[in-house]
Amino acid sequence: MFKRTLILTIAIITLYGLIPIKSVMAFCGFYVAKADTKIFNQASKVVLVRDGDRTVLTMANDFKGDPKEFAIVIPVPTFLEKGQIHIGESAIVDHLDAYTSPRLVEYFDPNPCSPPFKYEMAMPAPMLAKSDAVRQRANQLGVKIEAEYTVGEYDIIILSAQESNGLSIWLKENGYKLPNGAKEVLGSYIKQQMRFFVAKVNLDEQSKLGFKYLRPLQVAFESPKFMLPIRLGTLNANGDQELFIFTLTKKGRVETTNYRTVKLPEGMDIPIFVKDEFPSFYQAMFTEQVKRENGNAVFMEYAWDMNWCDPCAADPLTQEELKKIGVFWVGDQTNIPTPPGLRQPRPPMPGASEVFVTRLHVRYNLDHFPEDLMFQETADRSNFQGRYVLRHAYQGSDSCPAMETYRSALRDRQEKEATTLANLTGWDVNQIRSKMKIEPEKTPNPKSGKWWENVWE
Amino acid sequence: MKGPIDPRWYQIGVLACLLVYGLSSLHFEVSWLQGLVTLASVLVFQALLTPIVGLRFFEWKSALISGLSLCLLMRSNALALVVLASFLTIGSKFFLRFNGKHIFNPTNFGIGITVLMTGQAWVSPGQWGSGLLIAVFVFCCGLMVVQRAERSDVTLTFLLAYPGLFFGRALWLGDPLTIPLHQLSNGALLIFTFFMISDPITTPNSRTGRILFALLVAGLAYVLRFKFYNPNALIYSLLISSIFVPAFDYFLTGPRFDWTGHGQNPQNKPTLEVTRMEAPVKFGNKWSLNLRRLGISHLF
Repeated sequence: MFKRTLILTIAIITLYGLIPIKSVMAFCGFYVAKADTKIFNQASKVVLVRDGDRTVLTMANDFKGDPKEFAIVIPVPTFLEKGQIHIGESAIVDHLDAYTSPRLVEYFDPNPCSPPFKYEMAMPAPMLAKSDAVRQRANQLGVKIEAEYTVGEYDIIILSAQESNGLSIWLKENGYKLPNGAKEVLGSYIKQQMRFFVAKVNLDEQSKLGFKYLRPLQVAFESPKFMLPIRLGTLNANGDQELFIFTLTKKGRVETTNYRTVKLPEGMDIPIFVKDEFPSFYQAMFTEQVKRENGNAVFMEYAWDMNWCDPCAADPLTQEELKKIGVFWVGDQTNIPTPPGLRQPRPPMPGASEVFVTRLHVRYNLDHFPEDLMFQETADRSNFQGRYVLRHAYQGSDSCPAMETYRSALRDRQEKEATTLANLTGWDVNQIRSKMKIEPEKTPNPKSGKWWENVWE
Repeated sequence: MKGPIDPRWYQIGVLACLLVYGLSSLHFEVSWLQGLVTLASVLVFQALLTPIVGLRFFEWKSALISGLSLCLLMRSNALALVVLASFLTIGSKFFLRFNGKHIFNPTNFGIGITVLMTGQAWVSPGQWGSGLLIAVFVFCCGLMVVQRAERSDVTLTFLLAYPGLFFGRALWLGDPLTIPLHQLSNGALLIFTFFMISDPITTPNSRTGRILFALLVAGLAYVLRFKFYNPNALIYSLLISSIFVPAFDYFLTGPRFDWTGHGQNPQNKPTLEVTRMEAPVKFGNKWSLNLRRLGISHLF
């Protein structure tokens, strides 16, 4: 039998525990700014569309390795028919990522000597057909191959198992190298009557379809369980796992019920130079906030009605994109379609589609996240976004009394920005000051402010 | 001789500390305005309803405890719903009565019905994290000792049964014990255990009844959580179980709890002593309604 030497390293994300198999499987792409740096390595993206018990789960990755070495195992709560499995479009997940990303907003100070003028600019922060022998072997091990499908470029098997030993032997015999402790976790899922969704790339199909990358897998199912199994992911020896969860719901934002959901600090003024270092700023800030929450919180980075944004890091998803990502209720009502390319920096009109997006970001490991993530949808429709403000100083050389006041206030403001940034990121405040080239205090103005001093100018 | 202070002061102190901690450190999604509206509305409803049913004493401390619990547990963006929950909380004490006792723990009723009926309010059980929980636990145990040692059977039974089910489940699944420990390290659970299920007025009169009641609440909550995946399992479990308390009292007779003190302490006993059950209530008396007692006999 052909054996794949697959290493189970990266996150086992997804709905009911996804087991990606390859160490080079870098799910990046979380992000925003104009930087092309992959700022969070080993990050995975999951889109959860849910209303009532109906769920559509999309798992995106940008696996760059040899497709024959890609495979995942996802515990799922129900048997899945072929029609419940679908291949999504990476571009939509990327669009959702961009739309919900943290963003920078720039303001330019007006000339203090002129009437007020304000300019605002938003910028995007930045299988395998089973032989009879294999089936027989599975039966011997108490593993039942319930169904086999080829969907898109993937071969998919739905497995059920009687006990973890047989399942782990079967997985190992089929090329999965399980991390220590995986057998116990699989056993727990088996006792919770979950089935396992196993997917591998069908190379023939992939070459026929001509895709150079692996498209996201989508599954639709009905279950009261609103959760993501991360336990298998915590067994990996590679340290922290990065996971982004985008939920699309009808009523309001989603939060975790067994871990704290914490809003990322936002809305503060930060130094201008961050514009060129937004990725590293964001990474440092996230790391610092994780530390402050003792490593066991889930962070909310965005919560907004999908019909609009302000400022927009990217356009809201169109009705068609929403439909494709699994928002099954769009079209159930009178919709006002979002014209492609048109940003909507204003609240929705009555009758617009009810889609509320929540973006959650979690860095997890076994010590701080012993159990799977459990969620609930709340009725909270308050808007929240990771928005950071850059204020450009006025560069003109006009002279007037207001300018003196402005310059003095500017120094205070920049000092405050430096301490804010240090506080957010844990960066050294002195280095921040030197990068900012904070204007040193000027020599005292020889003028004493007497009324006649300006008379002769 | 003046007795020790009313144990409800201790409750108010614990709940107020938890609320300040929640708002300042855990950033609970409760605005100061919402907090003030909750506290003000429970007091107003208590003040309005007290004369309506002919009571003499305005029990503001009980109402305040209910209000603080509401602030700690319920979330909503609509102030009208906060007022509604306050009304349901206080109103349930006055109007939903059987056998001389109010049927539901008021805060539990207020939250449960508001969440169920409106769909616009929710409980955020995950927002407590695990920091300081041990301190809170000790605080709560202190509360139990100070308050009503005789009625601690319900709390103790629940404290054994509910975690017992979680640990039993973990052992059956082969999960590490860090999982049930994490599941149980929850501030909302502590408030539930020490301030809701332990409410002496709404638990059965007999000790056997109370123990069975605690087992029922624990078992039902377990089923709601792990079979129906309901995040508000404890709230709904207590709500449903409370409906059966009259049946417990019917079949298992026992003395009714009463806060008979309230400034009248013929034996000059300290208030702490007065909070104990003094006189067994005969079965036949259960149908009588002692308004003065009713008015002062509520924790929440």
